[in-house]
Amino acid sequence: MSDTSPPLRILIAKPGLDGHDRGAKVIARALRDAGFEVIYTGIRQTPEMIAEAALQEDVDAIGLSILSGAHMTLFPRILDELRERGLDDVVVWAGGIIPESDVPKLREMGIRAVFGPGSPTTETIEFLRNLDKNKAAATR
Amino acid sequence: MTASLPRDASAADLAARLVAGDRLALSRMISAVEAGRPEARHQLRGLFARTGRAHLVGITGPPGSGKSTLTTRLAIEYRRRNQTVGIVAVDPTSPYSGGAILGDRVRMMELHGDRDVFVRSMATRGVMGGLARSTLDVVLLLDAFGKDVVIVETVGVGQDEVEIARAADTSVVVGVPNLGDDIQAIKAGILEIADVLVVNKADLAGADRLVADLRAMLQLGTSPREAWAPPIVQTVATDGSGVAELVDRLAEHRAHLERSGEWHARRADSARRQVRAIVEDRVLRRLERVTTGDAWQARFEAIADRDQDPYSVAEDVLKEVADHD
Repeated sequence: MSDTSPPLRILIAKPGLDGHDRGAKVIARALRDAGFEVIYTGIRQTPEMIAEAALQEDVDAIGLSILSGAHMTLFPRILDELRERGLDDVVVWAGGIIPESDVPKLREMGIRAVFGPGSPTTETIEFLRNLDKNKAAATR
Repeated sequence: MTASLPRDASAADLAARLVAGDRLALSRMISAVEAGRPEARHQLRGLFARTGRAHLVGITGPPGSGKSTLTTRLAIEYRRRNQTVGIVAVDPTSPYSGGAILGDRVRMMELHGDRDVFVRSMATRGVMGGLARSTLDVVLLLDAFGKDVVIVETVGVGQDEVEIARAADTSVVVGVPNLGDDIQAIKAGILEIADVLVVNKADLAGADRLVADLRAMLQLGTSPREAWAPPIVQTVATDGSGVAELVDRLAEHRAHLERSGEWHARRADSARRQVRAIVEDRVLRRLERVTTGDAWQARFEAIADRDQDPYSVAEDVLKEVADHD
């Protein structure tokens, strides 16, 4: 009850203007069921709002769900806002509708993983569990 | 803007930067304290002297009563009055997976642009009896950071939540019309701790009836706090009506506490419970460690074989727990 490390805290955010958050809610629920603490912020978040939430909630990772096609403009701004707050070490990954051809560029700018439509939630869980192991190793 | 803050920064560094107004340090310190890290908990001793100024407001009520929306509106009203605000929103951990969905921020979107409002979501993490303690530790950090008002929002069910409400300077209990018959409010057992009652969603039919029921019940009650008659404030949190009046009532309650000397008496009472909670928490952790380790296994087996008795072994465990650190 005391000496085990606390669950990873994950922010699930929907940047931009599309209002469809079914995918975000499905992943939020799957992550809760996998034992993570999920902070869900709702739709239509600006990069600044996402970075603020990440700072106040001290999250370990941020999942960005995007369907609008604006990822190439919004993601760099989110990463900038995070850096500006000293949150360079927060892991950022993405899900939603993102063309395969954009993935290398996103990875280069610092998006650690991209899960497209049809990815099973277990892939995301696996990805986060690996982070958890690294974190546990770092704090020992 | 923010100087980098390494993940392995010491708790003493975090505490120093928190006091200097570094929000990231505040956030990291909350995590460390919530996780029960001993170095972080040790820093609470030094920080405590800087606290005691903030007005601690507890908001509790059934799921769906509009607590998060009301909390958001309260924060906006306090900001209008130039008060800085900290918010702790507590949501339950799933007893099945140990995970949680903390969704109160969805209703708090309007607050994100204001750096003088700090919102932190907390999961209950299933620590028996420990919720009130860790919530109060987080409140202490927000107080030490310099917040004028700290609002703690909890679902009003269960002993832990009642404990949190009792630790508040001012406890707000939120009800909504049509939740059930009028006996529900008594059953919840939280009416007694209300300093201010809110009937939210007051634009719904049935609000007047709830106000009348609550008023009748308050008159029936044998509240020892005769000097303060808990007011009933009607609000519609979604459009903000009634919220300015609520903030006025909260301020009046604080003024009443200070005038009557109850402010000090309540805080002393709350200190008694807090000290007990800290001791209980530490004793339970040590007990857990002592009794799950291998060291005592032989003794437990000896009890099973009737070579020893559980009463004498318990006596020895008690000594070990008291000495152990």
